[in-house]
Amino acid sequence: MLSIYCPHCAEHRDEEEFHYKGQAHIARPSDPDKCSDEEWGNYMYFRANPRGIHHEVWVHALGCRKFFNVTRDTRSYQVFESYLIGTSPSITGEQGGQPS
Amino acid sequence: MTQLNRLSTGGRINRSKPLRFTWRGQVYSGYEGDTLASALLANGVDVVARSFKYSRPRGIIAAGAEEPNGIVQIGATEATQVPNVRATQQGLYEGLVAEPTSGWPSLEYDLMGAVGKVAGSAMPPGFYYKTFMFPESMWMTYEKFIRRAAGLGRSPIAPDPDRYEKTHQHCDVLVVGAGPAGLMAALAAARGGARVIIADEQEEMGGSLLASRELLDGGPATDWVASVLAELNEHPEVLLLPKSTVNGYHDHNFLTIHERCTDHLADRAPDTQPRQRLHRVRAEWVILATGAHERPLVYGNNDVPGCMTCSAVSSYVQRYGVVPGNRLVVSTSNDGGYQAALDWHDAGRRVVAVIDARRQVASTMADALKDRGITLIEGSAVLNVAGSTRVQSVEVARIDADAHQVIGPVQTLVCDTVATSGGWSPAVHLSCHTGSRPTWRSDIIGFVPGATHEQRLDAGALVGEFSTEGALNSGLAAARQALQALSMSVPEVVVPTLAPVEIMPALALFHVPHTLPTSRAPKQFVDYQNDVTAAGIELSCREGFESIEHVKRYTALGFGTDQGKLGNINGMAITARARGMSIPEVGTTVFRPNYTPVSFGAIVGRDCGPLFDPKRYTAMHEWHVSKGAAFEDVGQWKRPWYFPKAGETMAQAVNRECVATRTSVGILDASTLGKIDIQGPDAREFLGRVYTNAWAKLAPGRCRYGLMCGEDGMVFDDGVTSCLADQHFLMTTTTGGAAGVLEWLEFYHQTEWPELQVYMTSVTDHWATMTISGPNSRKLLGELTDADLSAEAFPFMSWQPMTVAGVPARVFRISFTGELSFEINVPANYGLHVWEALFERGAPYDLTPYGTETMHVLRAEKGFIIAGQDTDGSVHPHDLGMGWAVSNQKPFSFIGKRGMVRADCVRPDRKQWVGIKTRDPSVVLPEGAQGVFDPNAPIPMPMVGHITSSYWSANLNRSIAQGFVKGGHARMGETVYYPLADGSVVEAEICSPVFLDPEGERQHV
Amino acid sequence: MSDNPASSKEQYKAPITDWTGVADGVTGRSPLAHVGFDELAQMTPSDAPVQLREYALKGHLTLRCNPEDAAQTAAFEAVTGLALPTAPLSSVASSDTTVRWIAPDEWLISVPASALFSLQQRLQDALTGHCALVDVSSGLTVFELSGERAVDVLKKCVPVDLHQRHFPAGKVVSTGFAKASCTLRRLNDETFELVVRRSFADYIWLWLQDASLEYGLRVEN
Ligand SMILES: [Zn+2]
Repeated sequence: MLSIYCPHCAEHRDEEEFHYKGQAHIARPSDPDKCSDEEWGNYMYFRANPRGIHHEVWVHALGCRKFFNVTRDTRSYQVFESYLIGTSPSITGEQGGQPS
Repeated sequence: MTQLNRLSTGGRINRSKPLRFTWRGQVYSGYEGDTLASALLANGVDVVARSFKYSRPRGIIAAGAEEPNGIVQIGATEATQVPNVRATQQGLYEGLVAEPTSGWPSLEYDLMGAVGKVAGSAMPPGFYYKTFMFPESMWMTYEKFIRRAAGLGRSPIAPDPDRYEKTHQHCDVLVVGAGPAGLMAALAAARGGARVIIADEQEEMGGSLLASRELLDGGPATDWVASVLAELNEHPEVLLLPKSTVNGYHDHNFLTIHERCTDHLADRAPDTQPRQRLHRVRAEWVILATGAHERPLVYGNNDVPGCMTCSAVSSYVQRYGVVPGNRLVVSTSNDGGYQAALDWHDAGRRVVAVIDARRQVASTMADALKDRGITLIEGSAVLNVAGSTRVQSVEVARIDADAHQVIGPVQTLVCDTVATSGGWSPAVHLSCHTGSRPTWRSDIIGFVPGATHEQRLDAGALVGEFSTEGALNSGLAAARQALQALSMSVPEVVVPTLAPVEIMPALALFHVPHTLPTSRAPKQFVDYQNDVTAAGIELSCREGFESIEHVKRYTALGFGTDQGKLGNINGMAITARARGMSIPEVGTTVFRPNYTPVSFGAIVGRDCGPLFDPKRYTAMHEWHVSKGAAFEDVGQWKRPWYFPKAGETMAQAVNRECVATRTSVGILDASTLGKIDIQGPDAREFLGRVYTNAWAKLAPGRCRYGLMCGEDGMVFDDGVTSCLADQHFLMTTTTGGAAGVLEWLEFYHQTEWPELQVYMTSVTDHWATMTISGPNSRKLLGELTDADLSAEAFPFMSWQPMTVAGVPARVFRISFTGELSFEINVPANYGLHVWEALFERGAPYDLTPYGTETMHVLRAEKGFIIAGQDTDGSVHPHDLGMGWAVSNQKPFSFIGKRGMVRADCVRPDRKQWVGIKTRDPSVVLPEGAQGVFDPNAPIPMPMVGHITSSYWSANLNRSIAQGFVKGGHARMGETVYYPLADGSVVEAEICSPVFLDPEGERQHV
Repeated sequence: MSDNPASSKEQYKAPITDWTGVADGVTGRSPLAHVGFDELAQMTPSDAPVQLREYALKGHLTLRCNPEDAAQTAAFEAVTGLALPTAPLSSVASSDTTVRWIAPDEWLISVPASALFSLQQRLQDALTGHCALVDVSSGLTVFELSGERAVDVLKKCVPVDLHQRHFPAGKVVSTGFAKASCTLRRLNDETFELVVRRSFADYIWLWLQDASLEYGLRVEN
């Protein structure tokens, strides 16, 4: 069971307090009506699913109900950082998903 | 019975507390401090099991968790049955009742010549692998056979009367194992001020020190153990958990500890006390000091009762005062084996010889042997054992320096016990659970834990520190490292002094050669529990299974509850030799949780019976119970389903409730609907984005129905939202959707549109909601409020604050029945008061309480959907004929808009929601029934849609149904057929889903 | 985004109702009224190392506002006499008012029921800009769990670390409680307050009762 730092509550909590909400940094198209089927399909369904560094959205469902992002290694399940929605990760995947 | 193998003195048992126990129906005696295994051995019980595949008699081999044979069923009553208990880990208590689990068909009768051979030929190595390839029907046949033969015990069929606890723990340092390394680590960490948990799986802490002959600081090792435990007990920040197995090591230093709190006390736990406790630990640092398991040598007939590991012999003598035989032969490849001989000899029984595979042995232990005049035979090993239910003699011969072949004549030694040691396998199991792979160290002839990303340190025999002094020092070093990482002070700790010991390196001996080739030699067991032999492993290599993981699956080596504790390394060594490789080249082997079996009771804890899942109640629940309501689970809520009067069936009750509501007035407890307070300058804009319809012009005081879709355009929830003030709304959701809708709203607000000024707060629990519905509902409400309820003052789809029965309320004129309805919301603390007040005035109107079933029927008569029943995530508003609830005029592309215009969503032949009227009005279609256009089409018939809602309507005196039909909206009046499972075919007409009052006249009054 | 002025609040927010302003003779009913705490208090042992009581029928108000808006925080302090606890997981309390941090823009205020209407009105009047006040009084009830084994009982219920070093008096966390949830605040070394949702109150009461069994439970009233 993961231990996740909630940047709003400013402490680590057990995974059971959180809900996973999928890959981070997928912005809703500003004008969905102008999206081609392919563009819309990419937004809706296509995800990176990397082996290695992954940025993902979590919500502190049983705590403060706030959303935030997490950088996690999908191989080891290590969590490297939590950061606020609207900000950028400090750790990003390089070749092979290794932390840089 | 006399305890013929019990010494008159010595051991850590309490001779003043004799205990009686029952084994296979016979009463024996033992002492407090015994394990079931030590007590059985004390009484001279040799055979405790029959083997899985060959049905061979088996005795106790080991003294700890690694015991493969002594697996028993305990329990004096049906309810207290516990399968799969290791006799070596079960503390003895007065009245303990134990049975063998693999006693099929008889323990003593030697079936080698009969069933054994039959079973052997029926189940060659590779049995599992080959069986999995068989068709399922064959597997069923085999499964029965395996279950009978495998003897893993049985589950009780009566409820477990004991209590089990689960608890969360947090600590700075979790020390796993309380041998010399673990105790030293815990002591140093505690002195450094850390919060420490130290857990040990044995009945008492001390590990190898409990059976050690070494002196620490000039005193017995057990004195040092006692002094350390006393100090740890004094530390307020230290939790000592004896009888507690750390079974799982999960991500981010989350470990589970299975504590056997009262298993050693009685058949049933004392009143109010838990039998077992599962600790769920989050540790900053973990120090693994799990020790090592002694490897037995692999030799002919090495499973005959009387064959044991050397350390087990020492444990039984030193800890329990039990010498499990009269004449001992030791066969060893290292110094460790010698202690068994010394302990046996000093207990006053005969050591026939110590056979050491090494040549020119020179060590402290060998000197001690010489001092006692015990025969030492060098460069040799035990090749084979004679005997069936007990060792009678052994064959010994010289072997070559590589330990690959016999090079001298075979001599026979008469004995009843053979203790062997092939060295020590570090107990790396827990280190593997988070993905770390062990690495081979040829200097210690064993695997040690590999690198890890967890905050984990390893100490003691686990990392090859097999000497007491080495273990103590490595435990201290690990604690120091953890304290430094925790920024805690490193205390002054002095390691006890020990007499210097001269150690001679071990010889890498695993599989003792025989004069015959392995395939023709007597069976040489590698994995006792799964009956895997050296010959079987060699066969699997010949059949082409190259990786050790394949070999394991082919042979079942290390399967099941055994997890390869004794046999894995020997199996790898045999594989390596068969393939001409080194052990590390063959691969490594990993282990999964759990380390030893964990009872379901401990896993379940309190989450069972009435507390299995939360039951949520409304403020009026007691009233419903007192009126005999039948309840339906809706999510975690308990909702009244219907209110049967005496002698009524469900159908009669529902019909009565339906008619009463449409003819006079009914009342529904609707408190479970989700309710969300939404306010802020952008609340209106926000609603416009998350609902499919328009909200810009909804005036304060007005209510509107809304549909929610996902980005894919598919309906997922619906409800009425009311405008409380220009920037303030109250949203309702479905009962089951409440939590999900709020999280979904927050997701869009927080991650997509944080610039919108809006706050959302769940008020589901705050309001009690009761809907009175029916032509007399206005009159009834009028008796409890002064407010003007006329259609002019209080029109349909509006709300008003008013006082109802003396309680401030919000009343909404919305309707899910199609009747004149008032939804009364009061703070839940007053819900029961208002509900009862309505009934006090309700008698003249025959106020009828109704439940969810009547609600479903009434809304179906009106053609209203239930999200989640009539929708399934593949249905958009137009499919439902609810295009009126979609506004494409809104400037913002609301959620679902783009999804709804995908090519697939605008196909004319989509399945569309329609009414279904059976030709025979008395037939009620089953929900889920699949429709076809041509009932005579060949099978598989093209299916055109299914029934989602179907009821008997007492008001219409006929059946009604709704469901999906391909292109249904353009097929009004056409016929659709429903072939049912019983072979009948129901003919029906496609119609409007609205069966009653299509103009909505009844609710607009 | 919107630039609607917040000055004429009546127009934008629902009028505040004194929901506890009920007619004479009408009494509120706790979600645990069926338990009979008064009776249990007479029956349970006086020397039990775990004590439990319910503080029923309190006034509870959810406040949503911006902690970085100095005018809002000043208005809050002017009305309540308490500084808005803006540090995560903190709380402030006076003799009859408790303010708990729930999220960076959310607080739960508890007062005697009779004081709620006035408090809500004064806060609504004083707070400017985007904010929300929501009466949630009937949606919650409060337990107080105390005694030398209170921590041991709570460890069976919540996953958070209850050690004094990590959970000092005054700290408040919202977390899971078994398969439900709670807002937990430490009052002192051996005393905790649990705010729970009405519909889960019976489940949590049953759970606490069962989890206390091995130590002994005294119900207080
Ligand atoms: Zn949080």
